[in-house]
Amino acid sequence: MRILFYLLQKEFLQIVRNKTILRLIFILPVVQLLVLVNAATLDMKNLQISIVDHDHSSLSNRLVSELNASPFFEIQEVCDNVSQGKVLIEDGSSDLLIVIADGFEKSAFEGETGYLQLLANAVNSQQAQLGFAYLQQVAQQLLGNFSTEISGFTRDPAVSVASSYWYNPELNYKFFMVPGILVVLVSVVGMFLTSMNLVREKEMGTIEQINVTPVRKSTFIVAKLLPFLFIGLFELALGLMIGRFIYNVPMEGSLWLVFGVATLYLTGLLGLGLLLSSFSSSQQQVTFVSYFFLLVFILMSGIFTSVDNMPEWGQRINLINPLFYFIDVMRSILLKGAGFFDLWKPVLGISLLAVTLVTLSVLNYRKTS
Amino acid sequence: MISIQSLSKKFDKIRALDRVTFTVNEGELFGVIGPDGAGKSTLFRIVLSLLLPDEGTVSIWGLDPVRDYRAIRKIVGYMPGKFSLYEDLTVEENLRFFASVFETSIEENYYLIKDIYQQIEPFRKRPAGKLSGGMKQKLALSCALIHKPRLLVLDEPTTGVDAVSRSEFWSILQKLKGFGITIIVATPYMDEASLCDRVALIQKGRILDVATPSEIVAGFKDKLFGVSGGNMHHLLLACRQFGGTATVFPFGEELHLTFNGGGDSSEELEKYLKTKGVEEVFIRPVSPDIEDRFMALMSRHQE
Repeated sequence: MRILFYLLQKEFLQIVRNKTILRLIFILPVVQLLVLVNAATLDMKNLQISIVDHDHSSLSNRLVSELNASPFFEIQEVCDNVSQGKVLIEDGSSDLLIVIADGFEKSAFEGETGYLQLLANAVNSQQAQLGFAYLQQVAQQLLGNFSTEISGFTRDPAVSVASSYWYNPELNYKFFMVPGILVVLVSVVGMFLTSMNLVREKEMGTIEQINVTPVRKSTFIVAKLLPFLFIGLFELALGLMIGRFIYNVPMEGSLWLVFGVATLYLTGLLGLGLLLSSFSSSQQQVTFVSYFFLLVFILMSGIFTSVDNMPEWGQRINLINPLFYFIDVMRSILLKGAGFFDLWKPVLGISLLAVTLVTLSVLNYRKTS
Repeated sequence: MISIQSLSKKFDKIRALDRVTFTVNEGELFGVIGPDGAGKSTLFRIVLSLLLPDEGTVSIWGLDPVRDYRAIRKIVGYMPGKFSLYEDLTVEENLRFFASVFETSIEENYYLIKDIYQQIEPFRKRPAGKLSGGMKQKLALSCALIHKPRLLVLDEPTTGVDAVSRSEFWSILQKLKGFGITIIVATPYMDEASLCDRVALIQKGRILDVATPSEIVAGFKDKLFGVSGGNMHHLLLACRQFGGTATVFPFGEELHLTFNGGGDSSEELEKYLKTKGVEEVFIRPVSPDIEDRFMALMSRHQE
């Protein structure tokens, strides 16, 4: 125990000595949360649209002004014909082109089907789909109102759809991003710093000197991992504070649970860092390999995209993706107020990964040195 | 007493150690002399329990590095060939750290390192990475000694260190012997061999000879001559072409050579060399030193 204390003392001394890393530990969470949360938005606002109106009716004029009033669209130009509009899409100044067919108002009067055409730049397919959905919403509402006006009574649709958004009623995208970015932050610190720190001992040859002392390998490993567990949890606390005070992210669930699962998660990730470092002989190698794993884990974790939309095999890969579980846990606890029993599945996933990774890394560490 | 019995170690197809056998007596300053790649570091790493041997045994006062590595790590001090202390920690922090992992303190064994450490003490607040070569070496020795090891293992401690620091270092080792510490030191420098109590000559993983430096020199029975004159390379080739020479090696500014049968054929050689265009030949009898013996043993083993 006393030796562990001396080793920890040495580790912290070295961390404090390394001014660059020390600064990064403080700056990284602030920058990530301030910049990324705002930048990585999936909200679709201010889509640039152009309109070709063949109808020139009062209803088509109302549609144009409704579209203009919507926060999603910004009307760029009203063109005379379709080919003129196409040019605008091709040169990139418009995202969408809406064509209102001749007889649009007439068919609405007669209760027949009116025609609207949407031409979208689908290079960004998500944008095209969302634009379509928004347009449909605006047009349906307008036509509904119109039929009420001309008939004098409200037509009662057989089915009315009422949506309500749970856990994030304002659809605040930042509430969704903050927990995700926090997980990335904790992971970067946990994995990179650990693996690099261990390889550094190899690179400098200091591990040889430690190996001829009575320090046990297990003590040495614990002394290597503990500081980064503390730093990881510290980063999480710092990040949560930024989320709370700057973005007003709700914290519905228990923070104890957040830190409890985070400890488990970090243990696994530190184990992975240790495992990678035992395969590497230089900091360069281990940085590259860690980067590879982290990038795959982050992009597959569901931080930006919905995991449910992934192909079957991708979802299966996520079974061994610690970030996938932890992002799920963080969002559930913070936004939904989920408790331990709601989360037993991802927590079990994290635990299994942690046990496997730590076991593998310790076994491998023994073998290679 | 340290006893090494028939120690062998292979790396892939290379025999790093081939049935190495010798003993080191208590309190001895024992040199392991051999060129780079002779297997010195491999031998040390096995003795220090950092590497497992393929065959053979090591006994350090009855302890086996394979079985009793934990006990051995308490009684040995090791100074690797490459500087391997924490460069981002200060001189004092390094020393304190290594004292504490052995559960002792600088104060407790200060008398052992006093002479060495006093020279670097003015820089005790300086990061170890910013020390000069000679000071790094002294710090490394201090750190290897701070737990008062019974056996001190030094792997090429003087490689890359200036001549003054080298001789200073050897006088420190002599002093440490006075504290009853057994020292095993590896060096590629033949001149350092004569400063040891006994030496083992090692080449390509094999022990050529184990004896005191004077015994080793005495093992050189043939008459030895120093030859100089003209272009060195040309001279070397010519002497080897001359049928009567047994061994010819460059040695400092001249060649050291022996004649077949250990006799003296210097007159014939001189004549031969003149026919080869070497005008000013100077041949003199010289007394052999360890390097000559080493070269002789080496060429005999290669045959």
